[in-house]
Amino acid sequence: MSSTADLDLVVNGERVTAPARPGDTLLDVLRGPLGLTGAKAGCREGECGACTVLLDGLAVNACLTLAWTCAGREVVTVEGLSRDGVLSPVQRAFVDAWAVQCGFCTPGMVLQATALLARNPDPTPEEARRGIEGNLCRCTGYGRIVEAIRAAAAAGRANP
Amino acid sequence: MSESTRPRGAVGAPIPKLDAPERVTGRIRYIHEIGLPRMLHGAVLRAEVPHARIVRVDTSRALSLPGVRAVLTGADVPLVPFGHGRDNTALKADFVRCIRDEVAAVAADTEEIAREACRRIRVEYEPLPAIFDPEEAARPGALRVWPEREDNLAFNYHYDHGDVAAGEAESDAVVEGTYRLHYVTHACLGTSGIVAAFDSDGRLTLHSVTQVPFLYRRDMSRIVGVPPEHIRVIQAAIGGGFGSKLDIYPYEPIAIFLARATGRPVRILFDRGEEFRDSPTRQPAIVHLRSGARRDGTLTFRTARLLLDNGAHTSWGATTPFVMMQTFSSLYRVPHAAFDAEVVYTHNPYAGSFRGYGNLQATFPIEVQLDELAESLGIDPLELRLRNAQVPGEVTGQGLVFQSCGLAECLRTAAAASGWEEKRRAYAQAGEGPLRRGIGMASMVHTGGGAKIYHSDGCGTVLTVDDFGSVTLVTGATEIGQGSETVLAQIAAEELGIPVDRFTVVNSDTQVKPWDVGVHASRTTFIAGNAARMAANKARRKLLDAAAEQLGVPAGDLEIRDGDVVRASDGKVLTDVGRVVRKLHFATRYDVVTTTAYYEPPSAMQDPGFKGNVSPTYSFATHVVEVEVDVETGVIRPLRVTAVHDAGRVINPLGALGQVEGGVAMGLGYAMTEDLVIREGRVLNGSFRDYKLFTAPEMPEVDVRWVETADPDGPFGAKGIGEAPAICIAPAVVNAVYQATGRRFRSLPLRPERVALELARGEGEE
Repeated sequence: MSSTADLDLVVNGERVTAPARPGDTLLDVLRGPLGLTGAKAGCREGECGACTVLLDGLAVNACLTLAWTCAGREVVTVEGLSRDGVLSPVQRAFVDAWAVQCGFCTPGMVLQATALLARNPDPTPEEARRGIEGNLCRCTGYGRIVEAIRAAAAAGRANP
Repeated sequence: MSESTRPRGAVGAPIPKLDAPERVTGRIRYIHEIGLPRMLHGAVLRAEVPHARIVRVDTSRALSLPGVRAVLTGADVPLVPFGHGRDNTALKADFVRCIRDEVAAVAADTEEIAREACRRIRVEYEPLPAIFDPEEAARPGALRVWPEREDNLAFNYHYDHGDVAAGEAESDAVVEGTYRLHYVTHACLGTSGIVAAFDSDGRLTLHSVTQVPFLYRRDMSRIVGVPPEHIRVIQAAIGGGFGSKLDIYPYEPIAIFLARATGRPVRILFDRGEEFRDSPTRQPAIVHLRSGARRDGTLTFRTARLLLDNGAHTSWGATTPFVMMQTFSSLYRVPHAAFDAEVVYTHNPYAGSFRGYGNLQATFPIEVQLDELAESLGIDPLELRLRNAQVPGEVTGQGLVFQSCGLAECLRTAAAASGWEEKRRAYAQAGEGPLRRGIGMASMVHTGGGAKIYHSDGCGTVLTVDDFGSVTLVTGATEIGQGSETVLAQIAAEELGIPVDRFTVVNSDTQVKPWDVGVHASRTTFIAGNAARMAANKARRKLLDAAAEQLGVPAGDLEIRDGDVVRASDGKVLTDVGRVVRKLHFATRYDVVTTTAYYEPPSAMQDPGFKGNVSPTYSFATHVVEVEVDVETGVIRPLRVTAVHDAGRVINPLGALGQVEGGVAMGLGYAMTEDLVIREGRVLNGSFRDYKLFTAPEMPEVDVRWVETADPDGPFGAKGIGEAPAICIAPAVVNAVYQATGRRFRSLPLRPERVALELARGEGEE
């Protein structure tokens, strides 16, 4: 209940200003004043990965990241992946592979997979599994998700 | 319908989940994203001691906190008992009987204020002695959880068929053992929640995550005193169900009471700690099982005595014996069987329904004991199972009719695909060094089309073909992520001849959708699928009649393909369904193409002895698990799972694959890692850090195969698949670990520290 100040961020390529308190997490600011509810509060203690976003290109748990440490930095949320109604290659692959059931872990998974493919465009199945080890899914058993990551990688090689 | 059974391409196609784009973009709205103007935030204060008299509740320090709009205690709300045992209330006024009992609730401007206000409420308790061990609670003279009752026995169940004594007399081998099944929890990624709002007429809208919206409305009406017809249930996107949302839990009426007290909408959301501590669990069980066989492996009898911990209040966990006894009576051919279960009150938390509904707890002892029986007879476990597997058309001792049954083929396919014979032989030689391998199998039977526990197990559908050839399918069925909207659209698309991409499925509002029992008992594909097919068939006939009239040709000469009306003989396109509907609106009959259907399965309510064909069909599966055990550290690594399922005709191979892979992960968790530790009534590990789900790198390769029996009553031959994949993993793991180590575990989970300790204790049995 402490007072807020204006926090400047670049979110999904746009400069934004949001009121933030000293103790707010990036997840609080995204879901609250910015209305970007794609990032989910699955546990708020960094265990489930449902809040995963990209911070300067790296996947982080938004629930463990203090908002003020992000001042001036670039944040990408799931809302920033698709443009003009066109899904990103990873999103497309998640849809096509049926890598989505209840979908609550999906935004975090999609961003984690996006970060993985940015640093390793051709992961082995083992590397794909390691890449998402911090993201829990209760529905899929991860098989379709790994399949989607591999398919997105293949699509990326076909259309670099 | 003969020509319409001809596949047109929608059924059996790997069509992506229709609502997946909404989910991968983060646009779909879960309960956490439902907000209403002037909405308040609720929080619940729960008991700090497992059994106590509430002496005094002082809410003054909560009420004085700025932003607090209402504080309620048991003195402020109607205490209408609810739940299967009518022994729970929204708030508790006089006594608390388990640690999750709800004592007070707050509505405030923010969630933070509401939770802070709860911390400021002072409750004076007079602690009372408590009882946590179900075996102790079952003894005569034990401390009673409900003093007004004679004893702690909440429910008991007896079932039998044949003559167990005669069966035992015919046996060449008899084995028996006691098996203990532990607490696990659903751990849905999306935590629970509700938004309750009254309108100016006193009508109530609930944004809910319930899996049973119509029963919910009926039961909630009684608890909160609003006529059911004045309750509208709108289901938010559900972030995981697995049975956890099959009952009403106290936080839900509490939200309604807070909304009533403040005149404003109220939202209550669980945090992760509450989700672990204050949600229902899977029913724990102590099972004493005894079974016998002839020298050739023919099963002779099976008797089971079960003790179930009911906790302090009754939710669906207490009714799991109803499903368990189907497995005890009918998993393999058993001529003589008896089953007794006692459910006793304790001061522990209470169990609800959880994917498989007791079947994991029943299949585990049976399948572990079958291996023991096989060993004592010197028969391969596969051979023993094949010898006793049912065939299509069999009626079991309980009266379950297996009109389609691929159990034997599941066993054979799983053995072939897993390399059963070679591996079984190879691993029989104990290896050198600490790493030992083993391979084990287990099978299961489960309802494949609901369970008739109410007078109807039906589902309604309303289907409209509009003037541009699009289809709106309004189904009573509920989507919890399993893909029902896609499967139902595929079934209707196949019947109609209109492609799936022209479908919109509406399934989340009781004001709009027709009645349905709910999403449980693996019933949606079968029951809602048949309802969708019936409605589509009516629409198709109406479209063809109208087209015939418009074109001046006999309806029998026409077909609908890909949204076009074609000449059946050569496929020539004559018109399209949109045009047919437009003409119907404007020119010919002034009519619409909107059809309704209600499908009631040909299943029966069981008699008082629990006999009768409770489901219209049954699904079967065999799982083979290969493990590597480090006998020094106790770490078990599952190497490969072969999962073979008879779910009838597979409507969507991708969606079905996802069900199996997800069920295998959940089943492996039950077997190896998941353990909700409850001591003296308290959950000690309420976080994902301490409650261990399988992660992606820990998952083994899962080889999924289908035995596609065509069920005569299933929509295009389909049966249910939702629960089956979680059911028979654990016994297969234990059987594999036995081959690897010579240690037969009779309780779960096989966590490394426990396995290492047991193995260090030397040879023999647990």
